[in-house]
Amino acid sequence: MADESVEAVKRALAEVGYLADEPAALVSFLAQRLGKPILVEGPAGVGKTELAKALSRSTGRPLVRLQCYEGLDEAKAMYEWNYRKQLLRIQAGGDAGWEDVQEDIFGAEFLLTRPLMQAIASEEPVVLLIDEIDKTDQEFEAMLLELLSDFQITIPELGQISATTMPIVILTSNDSRELTEALKRRCLYLWLDYPGVEREIEIVLLHAPEMPRELARRLVEVVGMVRDLDLKKPPSIAESIDWARTLLLMGVDDIDRETFANSMSIIVKHRTDIDLVAERVGMKLPDRAA
Amino acid sequence: MSPASPYGPKADPGPPGFGAKLLGFCEELRGEGVAVGTSEILDAFAALEHVPWTNQADFREALAATIAKSQDDRRVFELIFERYFFRAAEASAIEQGLGERPGDGEINQGAQPAGDGERLDSEQLAELIRDAMQRGDENALRDLARLAIAAFGREEGSGVVGVDVQRIRRSLGLSAGSQPPTADGEERPPLDRDQLTAFERHLRRELERDLIERTETLPASRPLAELDRALPTSPTQDLAAVHRAVSQMKRRLATLGQEQRGRKKGQTVDVRRTMRASLETGGVPMHLRYRPRRPRRPEIYVLCDVSTSVTSASVFFLSVLHALHDSFRKLRSFVFIERISEVTDVFEQERNFAAIARKISSEGGVADVSGYTDYGRVWLEFLTEISEDLDPRSTVIVLGDARTNGREPHADVFARISERAGRLFWLNPEPKLYWNYGDSVMSSYERFCDGTFECWTTRHLENFVDVVAGGTPRSG
Repeated sequence: MADESVEAVKRALAEVGYLADEPAALVSFLAQRLGKPILVEGPAGVGKTELAKALSRSTGRPLVRLQCYEGLDEAKAMYEWNYRKQLLRIQAGGDAGWEDVQEDIFGAEFLLTRPLMQAIASEEPVVLLIDEIDKTDQEFEAMLLELLSDFQITIPELGQISATTMPIVILTSNDSRELTEALKRRCLYLWLDYPGVEREIEIVLLHAPEMPRELARRLVEVVGMVRDLDLKKPPSIAESIDWARTLLLMGVDDIDRETFANSMSIIVKHRTDIDLVAERVGMKLPDRAA
Repeated sequence: MSPASPYGPKADPGPPGFGAKLLGFCEELRGEGVAVGTSEILDAFAALEHVPWTNQADFREALAATIAKSQDDRRVFELIFERYFFRAAEASAIEQGLGERPGDGEINQGAQPAGDGERLDSEQLAELIRDAMQRGDENALRDLARLAIAAFGREEGSGVVGVDVQRIRRSLGLSAGSQPPTADGEERPPLDRDQLTAFERHLRRELERDLIERTETLPASRPLAELDRALPTSPTQDLAAVHRAVSQMKRRLATLGQEQRGRKKGQTVDVRRTMRASLETGGVPMHLRYRPRRPRRPEIYVLCDVSTSVTSASVFFLSVLHALHDSFRKLRSFVFIERISEVTDVFEQERNFAAIARKISSEGGVADVSGYTDYGRVWLEFLTEISEDLDPRSTVIVLGDARTNGREPHADVFARISERAGRLFWLNPEPKLYWNYGDSVMSSYERFCDGTFECWTTRHLENFVDVVAGGTPRSG
């Protein structure tokens, strides 16, 4: 379960198709050892969510995912009483004494568990992914604190529910707002950035193994050029991979101006960006060899 | 290190050992304004139990993951880490009178033909370095850097580290781009700039180490604030304070409007909660529960003057805008000189303050023909651009000096904006004394504002927040 060393974690992640760099592997390793949540920040599309999924696959733990959005509240994130069922219980109970009913209807049976509760109450250890935490408001962050530091949830009617197994918790943030100190304090911090050329080549080749290495290098270099421009939405790693697959389908062996113009829409997805990229990057590419 | 540390006086370093070193390191970080709490230090110690200390990269990353919790912190962390651990080791070496004699250090590079004490020829050395750079083997690079210094550095050193680094690199014939084939005639992939920089970094460090050893003194440790951190100078130091004031403001703006505008009659029954409550009475809904009245999100429009007459203040204002964007989702910001230009996007895309400032100045698109503010025109444009969106819920905040350069102030248009919007505040970067002198037409606008404030420091900003929260705006 818990891997012995940083190298082992890195290897395990690679086996399930995620090439982690040193810091990512180290932090994943520490998170398992120390039982601390990881806060992953970085630009969109560098594989933050993917890291959680890969950890889930490599450790064989099921993934519990909470997608955050504006206005997310605890009824949707933690738990809620199933009042319909409670009502039914009362009506079906008929003559049962008041005491019995009252005892009954606030039992675990009437609890609707939501992702956070699921992660805590799960019999087997899980990986809990709290995605895009920066989309919620600070109040929600505050609510998470108990969960993150003690891995427990307090329900007034039931008392504390503590995790029986230690979940691996991963929070991701696109850095669209500053998270509170209190939250950061409880987490290990990992900044993921776009990978270097060599690593991205490896990633592309891992997901598009039929691609010749030279073409992959060319592709990654072009994507790098595009990322250097000041775009609304720079291409993510997933888009590099998509593009690689597209090129394979198109059966090209070099990226020339025409190929680029035809397939550019896979990596650039904004009207204004497309113009900019066509002008700045497209022009640099060689014309199709006659 | 700042004497008035928020964490109280410096802790007694205790007995010598690594713990004390690490605490000292954290103390340095605090001195540079990184918030390192006790829990973080405990985490760091816990993390180090699981990481081999001999691997420098792991050691550093483990510390960073537990201590530096944002990109900015991380940058400071890197600088201090270099300075602290590197210098600490050197300092104790000097204290104990240790020195490195040539041939002393074991070179742990696999096929290393330097064992016989003969000097490597530079071809061979360059070869090895290229190999190491390609593998990205940091430890080998470090050793090779020392070797290179031994080969080229000592005798003819210029004494300036940066110059020596480049000289050694050149004499080895290393450059980015395509590489000559290996000795065996194999092709070599080209090196990129980063790989080369990695080697240069090692060179630099080893040269510095060398220098310290020779002179037996440590280079002075400059405070980072001067060195690398504060790019746009003064306002960033205030940035944190601005952010604090603004987050206070957020809460108050959000809750304030409701009381003033009276309660609505109708309330919505919350079925879920009513049923839930009815369980106490055996399923008979005796008490109705209502949906909690959530404070409506304020919609904020900020207009910020960035003309030359407010140059010094506009950086401060931009940092206020920056902080506002962190706190409010429904915020639209505009900058203006002669005409108005919406910059909401810029703030949403960029998080880094320096980058924002640069972007706004380069592509804010504030058609700046004469460089003189034209408030009248700005109001007209603002009103045409967003008149449909303005409603009693919206708050408009103007940051500007109301100096129209003798142009038509169009106070009537401003009045229309004031009518449409729920509240309108004006923050003026000039002291009250100067208002209405010269071309300042503050008085003609003041009548239509729910409040006017002088504002050129964070304290003024806090005052603004207080007054707004106190609910005693001067009525116009």
